[in-house]
Amino acid sequence: MVKIIYRDKEWEVKPGITVKKAIKEAGLLVEAVLPIKDGKLITEDTVLKDGDVVRLIAVISGG
Amino acid sequence: MKCRKCGEKAVINMRHHKLALCQKHYLEWFIGQVDKTIKRYRMFRKKDKILVAVSGGKDSLSLWDVLLRLGYKADGLYINLGIEGGNYSDISLEKVEKFVAQHPGAHLHIVDIKTLYGRSVPELARESHRGKRICALCGLVKRHEMNRVAYEGGYYAIATGHNLDDEVAVLFGNTLRWQTGYLARQAPVLPSTHPMLARKVKPFCRMYERETAAYAILQGIDYIYEECPYAVGSTSILYKNLLNELEEQSPGSKLSFYLSFLQAKENEQICFMGEEASPELHPCEKCGQPTTAPRYCAFCRVIYKLRENGI
Repeated sequence: MVKIIYRDKEWEVKPGITVKKAIKEAGLLVEAVLPIKDGKLITEDTVLKDGDVVRLIAVISGG
Repeated sequence: MKCRKCGEKAVINMRHHKLALCQKHYLEWFIGQVDKTIKRYRMFRKKDKILVAVSGGKDSLSLWDVLLRLGYKADGLYINLGIEGGNYSDISLEKVEKFVAQHPGAHLHIVDIKTLYGRSVPELARESHRGKRICALCGLVKRHEMNRVAYEGGYYAIATGHNLDDEVAVLFGNTLRWQTGYLARQAPVLPSTHPMLARKVKPFCRMYERETAAYAILQGIDYIYEECPYAVGSTSILYKNLLNELEEQSPGSKLSFYLSFLQAKENEQICFMGEEASPELHPCEKCGQPTTAPRYCAFCRVIYKLRENGI
């Protein structure tokens, strides 16, 4: 399984899907987050593999 | 996805620009875009002293970093507002000080509101019965202190980290209510209208918020992720979320909305009728900053009211 972390929440998704799909399935917008894997930014077309841990960084702040 | 410039693995894809870049080329591209914006809107020159308002967040620290890398004379100003919720002010100050430690030669001014005026911003808001409008009071305090430090330090302009999403959210809100006065004034550069009121510039006005966050992460800038506790549920965040829904379906919508607005104003395709002439300014009897109000400026009236009441 693939672990997704966003703010103080964690959940799992099946391997084989793209980061974009994982973001959308969580009800989030690609435009509003930056995905990080192994400490590095990744693009939304990256296919997730079993054991991957992806952290989604929220980019929106009050101005 | 591969970097368009070198073919290496891309770290970010910007659909609105149809551009994917690797880390090295993204950082180069980002810095170049900001420099173009500074020059395009004639914000300031290499010889000018610039004061960067830093909050500890991704935008302001990234802006300071970019300006230093481009060789501008950019000093920082951190205003400690005394926001205790989630230790917000303490953590944000730590981030700013860490940034300074990692950037030799970076000069930072720190203004502590409680030390200077006896009350933190939340305390001022509570005691002046503005609890529900703390963000407006906070803005008033920050503007006053930015102008004061800029004037005392002889700075040519104050640079803030407002990004495209900030600007578009403001534009959207003002358009929804047709606030023509605000629409007339919204621009990448707000000229100085008085020697004690500094010129304000927004070098990130064309950069998406996602891009400024990516810049901070890729450049290794440690910034405060947590939102100001008073901004949670704010209208600006609601507008940003709505606009991101639109951007998701139609990439480039935010940039197009903002740039076409600026272009229309520049070409005088739109103008705002019925604008009042600039009101007459006179110096505040307490701080000397120009004001339209009788005797004291809005900032000093808040401070005086508290003191006169002996609170």
